[in-house]
Amino acid sequence: MEIPKELLYTQEHEWILFDDSANTATIGITDYAQGELGDIVFVELPNVGATVKQMDPFGTIEAVKAVSDLFSPVTGEVVEVNSLLQDRPELINQDPYDKGWMIKVKISDSSELNSLMSPEDYKTHIS
Amino acid sequence: MSELLFDLSEKNRKGYTLPQRRVPQKETNKLIPNEFIRKQPARLPEVSENEVVRHFIALSRLNHHVDKGFYPLGSCTMKYNPKINENVANSACLKDLHPMQSTRLTQGALALMYELSEYLREIAGMKAVTLQPAAGAHGELVGLMLIRAYHENQGNPRQNILIPDSAHGTNPASVTISGYSAVQVKSNEKGLVDLEDLRSKLDENTAALMLTNPNTLGIFETQIAQINNMLREVGALLYMDGANLNALLGIVRPGDIGVDVLHFNLHKSFSTPHGGGGPGSGPVGVSEKLIDFLPVPKLTKNENEYCWDYDCPKSIGRVHSFYGNFGIMIRAYAYIRMLGSHGLKRVSENAIINANYLMKELESHFQLPFAGPRMHEFVLSGSKQKEQGVSTAEIAKRILDYGFHAPTVYFPLIVREAIMIEPTETESKQTLDRFAACMIDIAKEVENNPEMVKNAPHTTPVSRLDEVRAIRQPDIRYNFDNT
Repeated sequence: MEIPKELLYTQEHEWILFDDSANTATIGITDYAQGELGDIVFVELPNVGATVKQMDPFGTIEAVKAVSDLFSPVTGEVVEVNSLLQDRPELINQDPYDKGWMIKVKISDSSELNSLMSPEDYKTHIS
Repeated sequence: MSELLFDLSEKNRKGYTLPQRRVPQKETNKLIPNEFIRKQPARLPEVSENEVVRHFIALSRLNHHVDKGFYPLGSCTMKYNPKINENVANSACLKDLHPMQSTRLTQGALALMYELSEYLREIAGMKAVTLQPAAGAHGELVGLMLIRAYHENQGNPRQNILIPDSAHGTNPASVTISGYSAVQVKSNEKGLVDLEDLRSKLDENTAALMLTNPNTLGIFETQIAQINNMLREVGALLYMDGANLNALLGIVRPGDIGVDVLHFNLHKSFSTPHGGGGPGSGPVGVSEKLIDFLPVPKLTKNENEYCWDYDCPKSIGRVHSFYGNFGIMIRAYAYIRMLGSHGLKRVSENAIINANYLMKELESHFQLPFAGPRMHEFVLSGSKQKEQGVSTAEIAKRILDYGFHAPTVYFPLIVREAIMIEPTETESKQTLDRFAACMIDIAKEVENNPEMVKNAPHTTPVSRLDEVRAIRQPDIRYNFDNT
């Protein structure tokens, strides 16, 4: 199970990569989450310009066995959406931390990052 | 795979003979306006009677169904349908009725509907019942519309419906469609509603709590009295999802434990068919304070005559064409009359005994989350097997090799690698023992021969289907032009 060191995590199995210089964050779901969900067939993401709120649903993900909400690790404005996922949601299964990224958000309050889990904490959370 | 009926079609072959014409022939275009006449004949398969019969019998042999073998999906999907129900529903005096016939000519059918709603009312301890909703989820929507009408009548429709995290997915879906917001309530370490979490989410904006009792873990919500008190304090109502009523017949009446709205699923608790998505029937029962809002028309009895009452100014209106799915009501009526009050109680008692027997047989081979006895169903976790590299989905596939249908898996969501088993009351001890032996065999295979499980099923007409492609690129239309 891959848990990259440079990321922060939520209880709901989203990861976030913070880019200090641009004050933006890239968001996706973890390797553990994609493994638990199994084959992903559809993902519904917000439009660019939408606002997301910390730990509110920002989209839904549909796997063969269940449909789940996606929870935003931070509050902010969506500045980019991975449009590849529309036709190729399997990228989330194949490459959850890179090609399977979901949205980029301009963060409104970077102190929210303090409430997220470190890679070590996330590892404990899923074991 | 077998050919489709379209593939068997031969031009001008037919399986019927029309009776000799006894009225003068008229041209179609003199009877029907031109814009409604087909320009090309419908492309129906042209086959003889025995071809049709053989085709469907062949398909039914590839399929698994409750007439062919045990399925541990239980009443959650549909109970065994006693054949006498079909005989009654197929009697000419019932099946040839038309809902446009006058009430004078349909008193028998109205009597059946009236008595069925009285039986359901008595069984559930509710004050009134509507038979209109088309199935369970429709019943949920109607129940929520009644709740909204009640609160609107009090001056404020309110915003939230609370739902435990163990609930069926239809609950939040119905809540959303009815215009309310679903708020999730956690379960505690016993698998029951966490009262602290409930308290923190309950306020004057709460329209109702939507509770399934027993819940989807098969555990009876023993704190129901406290929950009720908490709801009353803020003026919220109690909705009970009747999905698990099969555990309560003749034992607990939801109306007696403070339920304001209850939907029945006639296919789950009263043995009506529900194949292929319907037709179903999802009657709704209500407490005193919601009676005025029930759908119209209401079936009433004046002296010696049954009639429809449309004069209900506070009603939410009509929720189904005519009066609901009458054919399904006949079957439920036959079932209730066949069993009587003692028989119905024995249904639930046997459903509970069967579930607990199977649970005891299996609990040492799989992980059993939450302690204590269960009602009519129980949920195992395949997490022990998952750690050994075999998932619940693979175990479910392997069960097919033993001639059983797989149980519900990955639900409820609060149990990891969930395997939900509901045998129902109709299965014999021998069948339960055979199923237990199958599950124990598979648990051993996971340890000794995991590949056997991971590559299952081995004996079914087809093995693993491409579920992803089936969802993403469904191919459901016969392509005439490629033949």
